[in-house]
Amino acid sequence: MIDRDQVAHVAGLAKLQFSDSELTAFTKQMEDIMAMADQLDAVDVGETTPLYQVTDLKNVFREDKPERWQTREQLLKNVPEKEAGLIKVPSILDNGEGEA
Amino acid sequence: MNFKSTIGLEVHVELKTKTKMFSPAPVTYGESPNTAANVIDFGFPGVLPRVNKNAYRLGIMVALALHAQVTHDTHFDRKNYFYPDNPKAYQITQQERPLGTNGYVEINVKGQKKKIGIHELHVEEDAGKNTHGASGYSYVDLNRQGTPLIEIVSKPDIASPDEAYAYLEQLRQIILFTGASDVKMEEGSMRVDTNISIAPIGSDKLGTKAELKNLNSFAHVRDGLAYEEKRQAQVLMAGGEIRQETRRFDEPTGTTILMRVKEGSDDYRYFPEPDIPPFHIGQEWIDEIQKEIPEMPDKRRDRYVNDYGLPEYDAGVLTATKEMSDFFDATVKAGAPAKQAANWLMGNVNAYLNDQQVDLSATALTPEHLAGMIKLVTDGTISSKIAKKVFQEIITNDTDPQQWVESKGMVQQSDPQVLIPIIDGVLDNNQQSIEDFKNGKDRAIGFLVGQIMKQTHGKANPQVVNQILVSELKKR
Amino acid sequence: MSTNYFKEDISTLHDALVNKQTTAVQLTADTLAQIHAKEDKTKAFITVTDDEAKKQAAAADAAGISADQPLAGVPLALKDNIITDGVLTTAASKILTGFIPVYDATVTKRLKAAGSVLVGKTNLDEFAMGSSTENSYYGPTHNAWDLDRVPGGSSGGSAAAVAAGEVVAALGSDTGGSIRQPAAFNGIFGIKPTYGRVSRWGLIAFGSSLDQIGVLSRRVKDSALILQQIAGQDENDDTSLPDPVPDYVAAMAGGVQGMRLALPEEYLGEGVSQGVRDAIEKAVDTLKKLGATVDTVSLPHTKYAVPTYYLIASSEASSNLQRFDGIRYGYRAQDVKNLEDVYVRTRSEGFGDEVKRRIMLGTFSLSAGFYDAYFNKAAKVRHLIQDDFTKVFADHDLIIAPTTPTPAFKIGEKVDDPVTMYMNDILTIPANLAGIPAASVPAGLVDGLPVGLQLMAKPLGESTIFKAAAAFEDATKFYEQVPTAMKGEN
Repeated sequence: MIDRDQVAHVAGLAKLQFSDSELTAFTKQMEDIMAMADQLDAVDVGETTPLYQVTDLKNVFREDKPERWQTREQLLKNVPEKEAGLIKVPSILDNGEGEA
Repeated sequence: MNFKSTIGLEVHVELKTKTKMFSPAPVTYGESPNTAANVIDFGFPGVLPRVNKNAYRLGIMVALALHAQVTHDTHFDRKNYFYPDNPKAYQITQQERPLGTNGYVEINVKGQKKKIGIHELHVEEDAGKNTHGASGYSYVDLNRQGTPLIEIVSKPDIASPDEAYAYLEQLRQIILFTGASDVKMEEGSMRVDTNISIAPIGSDKLGTKAELKNLNSFAHVRDGLAYEEKRQAQVLMAGGEIRQETRRFDEPTGTTILMRVKEGSDDYRYFPEPDIPPFHIGQEWIDEIQKEIPEMPDKRRDRYVNDYGLPEYDAGVLTATKEMSDFFDATVKAGAPAKQAANWLMGNVNAYLNDQQVDLSATALTPEHLAGMIKLVTDGTISSKIAKKVFQEIITNDTDPQQWVESKGMVQQSDPQVLIPIIDGVLDNNQQSIEDFKNGKDRAIGFLVGQIMKQTHGKANPQVVNQILVSELKKR
Repeated sequence: MSTNYFKEDISTLHDALVNKQTTAVQLTADTLAQIHAKEDKTKAFITVTDDEAKKQAAAADAAGISADQPLAGVPLALKDNIITDGVLTTAASKILTGFIPVYDATVTKRLKAAGSVLVGKTNLDEFAMGSSTENSYYGPTHNAWDLDRVPGGSSGGSAAAVAAGEVVAALGSDTGGSIRQPAAFNGIFGIKPTYGRVSRWGLIAFGSSLDQIGVLSRRVKDSALILQQIAGQDENDDTSLPDPVPDYVAAMAGGVQGMRLALPEEYLGEGVSQGVRDAIEKAVDTLKKLGATVDTVSLPHTKYAVPTYYLIASSEASSNLQRFDGIRYGYRAQDVKNLEDVYVRTRSEGFGDEVKRRIMLGTFSLSAGFYDAYFNKAAKVRHLIQDDFTKVFADHDLIIAPTTPTPAFKIGEKVDDPVTMYMNDILTIPANLAGIPAASVPAGLVDGLPVGLQLMAKPLGESTIFKAAAAFEDATKFYEQVPTAMKGEN
């Protein structure tokens, strides 16, 4: 069963925010949905392997040949804020570095 | 109380490919922002990743060079997190089944050999670049987004900052020799994150880890870890507690500075990448790649010492780069005695490269020309003084040394038939010197040799001149 | 406004174009007029591309339309989650406000290369998440048989546009029934091909391992003609299948004589209305009369399909939709103070409630401590569901079943009850989980509303589906009926 705190925690992971009343409504709906999901508890899967993809494809590779597709102008066309060919975004609050 | 350190290293290395890991956009360095990218790199709605075969191949090559097991059945996973330089808000990586596991690197610290285990290594995509500007904004360039990376995670076998340094040196050299990467810290094609914990000696529990970032050189890694060892020991000795935190190395002060305290672990919600079919890497392909791997530096050093009789020091210098080592091998193959080839490469050639700030490949020197020049010296065709001139010529121009010394008239005169009449002539004109020689004054020889060299315009082979002169003097 | 899409099909249009009885420009002008006249009722389109369409039509005429170009000069519509270079693409979400793509989806490219005229982008549930087209930022689409009812979803716009005679055919996408269910609700044909048969390059991803582009049309043959053009391996989609594309139109001939059909008992269970059961019984009789045999079979894991699907699709969606962050395209919240604000406010303001529910469900089922119990458990059950199908297809050519438990429901009827809404997809979801091709062909009216007969085949069995669907269509001639709300129009 999922509770209000968990819903709030998941919202944080998903970068969503809910007002108090929204959170209450969402928690109720999430409870119903998770109750549906919990039907799977009844299934004995034994040694069945998980199926993530349905094609039997394997080893699909591309050759290492460079191609130029879009121009910078095209790529930046939809960017809300830009400057000197760069995408401009408000800074984060803490000074954490990016991940690699 | 005495403490022991447990150090972990996570090394990211950019693979040397023409295109990105999952898009055919070119991999470039220093291009104008957002010009070496496409809709895949920008994470446009509707795009799909396309796997670069060469990047995967190079990943396997590095795994093999690090003695790792290559995983036969594998797939990519998504690592989910939001950041402006991570346009899809997930990175395609290998979490569940990394490309290689259980490798090692052998290090040598102060004569002590030790194997440092490699837990796993995997291929993944690099992020773009996020530059923090003034006035509360940052700026994103996605040229680097999608560059193929291999991440190499060590086992907790490293026990000191010096071992960490040696591990990184060895790792860098091995990867350099595979040709899979340029492994240049200064250009960002090799990046290092490290973590360290300390625990009282005798304790079987590990301490709480601190992570270090912003390490721009191996020396920074060593210095940062050394500082952390001290800092953590001080905290514990004072009865304090080590927090799980991320710290950055501060170059000017040589200290580490707190960036953030970690609360719990990050939740990246890994799951198998549905847009890329899984892989079955057959033994055949692995064997094929194994054959393409050049001889590794440790093997070469053994060979230089055991087969060529070179000192350990020479073997080390010659294997600093694959280029130098390959050049040395080719020079020996072209007929040069190993020690002389080594002396020239370590001496005049390295001095030239340092002086001109160029790579060996940027010079005109070929192994055949260097071997040819060494041969001219050993067979007495030229003097070692002339050899310096020949060297200047062959390192700057594509010139055959034999033809060049002949055309320039630099060949030494060693023929007794030619030299005897000249020497006799000099003796005829210097009776006093003959007297002096017979009276035991060795100085006279020097004077006579000088006269002979003058007559031959310096081309006479000094050793041959000496021999003939002594025998001619004895005849008088 | 002389072209009557209740009477014409692609073949008749093509003949008229080749014989110069009309031109692509004329046909396009007629089509645009149809759309503009009927949109008040159906609201099937988000964007009608009048100018682009006229240009493409003129180009088609200029290039000349020959007998071997079945789609040249034929106006078609695309669901608005399919990327179109230079044409607003929204996925019916506020978060893609103003988004003008700079590349074409593979299907867009292939239809353009075939000379088709693309007249507009049809409405859908936001990011294809829904079964009613009510979850659209641009408002609901209406069912052509009863304007107070939903057209189904998520390809409700494409289905309504075809049913109302606005276009002869349209592309849709199907993740859990999003082509077949609206086809059934609107009394038209709709096919979801085998997973991997049509490139997903340029389809805005929902559930990546389930999504598949397909076709909705009044006539079976029109879907065959269009699928022929869009199917086949694509170097931009690593999951696209390399198998050659058969001649689907040729495959339609021959009928169902001797065909072994399977009717799974689980698909006629509780929750399937009596009217739908009666319609399917009648359809079974028809197929038997045409020479097919029908066996009752069991697909025992069917009852777990809905939770399995919602966990997998939502997990994949939660990751796929993270790129909508207000940084590179689309909507960005105003007056943001810092990066966290850009993310949280853009996404909270930009996504609708149903999309948020799915993101939340998916994020939760992938999160630390819950992955094994939810996402991975669902992936294992998915395997069991696939195995069920494999067993039945060992000795059957097709599985037949109702497409939906009921005919179209009223707009607003289920919108606040997500679980009831989800259960409505129980009959279409299993085919997506197994990756098999499935279609819905009209099976008559129940209380004046159309219902569909679903045909499912083994992987790459599209030809068998077309063959059976063509025979059934020929025997029932449902396509002759004009939707109730469209009577008197053409």
